[in-house]
Amino acid sequence: MAHFTKATSVKDWLNQRLAIEKVEKVMASEYWIPKNINFLWAMGMVLAITFALLLVSGIFLLMYYQPDVKDAFYSVNYTIMRDVDFGWLWRHVHGVAASVVFLVIYIHMFTGIYYGSYKKGREMIWISGMLLFVTFSAEAFSGYMLPWGQMSYWAGMVITNIFSLGGLHLDGLVEWIRGDYVPAQAFLGRFFMLHVLLLPLVIIGLIGLHFAALRIPHVNNQDGEEIDFNAEAKKYLAGDKAGSKVIRFANDFMAKDLMVVGVYLIFFFYLVFFQYGFALDAVNFDPADGLKTPAHIYPEWYFLWSYEILRPFSINIGLIAFGFAQVIFVLLPWLDRSPNAVPASRRGLFSVWFWLLLIDMIVLTAMGKLPPEGAFSTIGLVAAVAFIVLWIALPFITKYEKKV
Amino acid sequence: MHNSSRRGFMGKAFGAVAGVGAVGSLIAMKKTWDPLPSVKAAGFTTLDMTIYPEGELVTEKLRGKPIFVLKKTAAMVAKQTESQKARDVVVGDSHFMLAIGLCTHLGCIPAYIPAEEGFLCACHGGKFNWAGEVTKVPPPRAFDIPPFKIEGTTLVLGEAGPEYKAMKDSGITL
Repeated sequence: MAHFTKATSVKDWLNQRLAIEKVEKVMASEYWIPKNINFLWAMGMVLAITFALLLVSGIFLLMYYQPDVKDAFYSVNYTIMRDVDFGWLWRHVHGVAASVVFLVIYIHMFTGIYYGSYKKGREMIWISGMLLFVTFSAEAFSGYMLPWGQMSYWAGMVITNIFSLGGLHLDGLVEWIRGDYVPAQAFLGRFFMLHVLLLPLVIIGLIGLHFAALRIPHVNNQDGEEIDFNAEAKKYLAGDKAGSKVIRFANDFMAKDLMVVGVYLIFFFYLVFFQYGFALDAVNFDPADGLKTPAHIYPEWYFLWSYEILRPFSINIGLIAFGFAQVIFVLLPWLDRSPNAVPASRRGLFSVWFWLLLIDMIVLTAMGKLPPEGAFSTIGLVAAVAFIVLWIALPFITKYEKKV
Repeated sequence: MHNSSRRGFMGKAFGAVAGVGAVGSLIAMKKTWDPLPSVKAAGFTTLDMTIYPEGELVTEKLRGKPIFVLKKTAAMVAKQTESQKARDVVVGDSHFMLAIGLCTHLGCIPAYIPAEEGFLCACHGGKFNWAGEVTKVPPPRAFDIPPFKIEGTTLVLGEAGPEYKAMKDSGITL
């Protein structure tokens, strides 16, 4: 057994048993962050805070929600919204956060793409991040089922039908996933379980992996400069704070991080209190009806780009294109053949590629929301083909990129 | 050496026990997600085919899914092509379009547009004609036909009669 002495203070008592000072150093005060970064580097913390908001609001909703096809709709729209004091607050926070979290995820993702933060030892950060994106998507979808309105029901119908994989006709698999021929009680029960337990557990585990993946390669910086973190840390600790290229994670970097979080939270609660409508689809305020498809159905905005890649093609080609769109981002570290880990602006054609991809995804998002008619159909088709072409072109563009 | 081989044996023994347990649990988990017997046994629907008005779409229900029943007008019957005739359900001397009312793309319910004598799916823009055939993609095939059995002037849905089996065998429906 280790040797323990009489504690001189509470801190000393804890130190002997939990090494709290050592832990604090490793996790915060001697975890080094480059100075050469901007507000986009705060998006990780913004996401962590948004996840916390989702968790807390979700806990309060969970106390009154009834996962039963007869009661679910009224437990949300009557009990939570009208009976429970401040029930509306938790629902609006949960709904708005579920939408905004994807906006921040996309900003976080495109920041990573722009600055080449998936290269040179940072591949695991990218992969764990993409796994988080997939799990968040599943979490968003399963949560969307719970109010059991018309959009819940028909989104559930359409998305689970994707698993019949078109020409393969795996109807048995679809019925197995639903536990019924159509979305019904078994379906609602299992998606409720996924939403409140299994998927959040996976998300928390993946967040741990995402942070751990950051530990050894450290955070990237605005110029993609390779920093010798040990040497810079020594310089900092020796008192040359101005000369060192790094600062402490806490409290120095955290102070800036939380400043951005503060601005974000003001924006976030502005949405919660005054502009929550965008996160609550009007059609979903009709109870689920298996015998009536709403006139116009579309997914939430953050799924529109991949939905628009599915839509313009015949079913099998559409599903292949959709599958391509779902996995291709994960392969980015290997599709980008250039060794340059610098901002896109200094990478020639890659810079063009980056902005084209961003614009293409915005066009796909806009077309996905519009009815599939006339010119919109054509623009959607062109944008969907362009998305695939861009990704196929990436290895060729980057292979011939000049070393900077 | 002696120790390590003993440890190796213990490792294999544990592996065997854990393997059996893992396979068993996976089977139990898979079966727990299966549709319940009460769902599987969900009944049959019997339709009286004499009451349907001509040229008007009526939606019935079988196992939670909508079933389209359209009594064809004389004009429709007269202009039927061979492939449309093959999908025809004839009860007495009335001709019907009978179909599971879900788009074969991803399962939305297409709306009947009487003026166009056809169906439009709002989800992804697919179109079907009054005989249930696709006239605009993405749907990959005509409407599926539910299992049916003709008994005089009534139709039992959920039970496969000879006419249905013939359609299934010839690939007219899945």
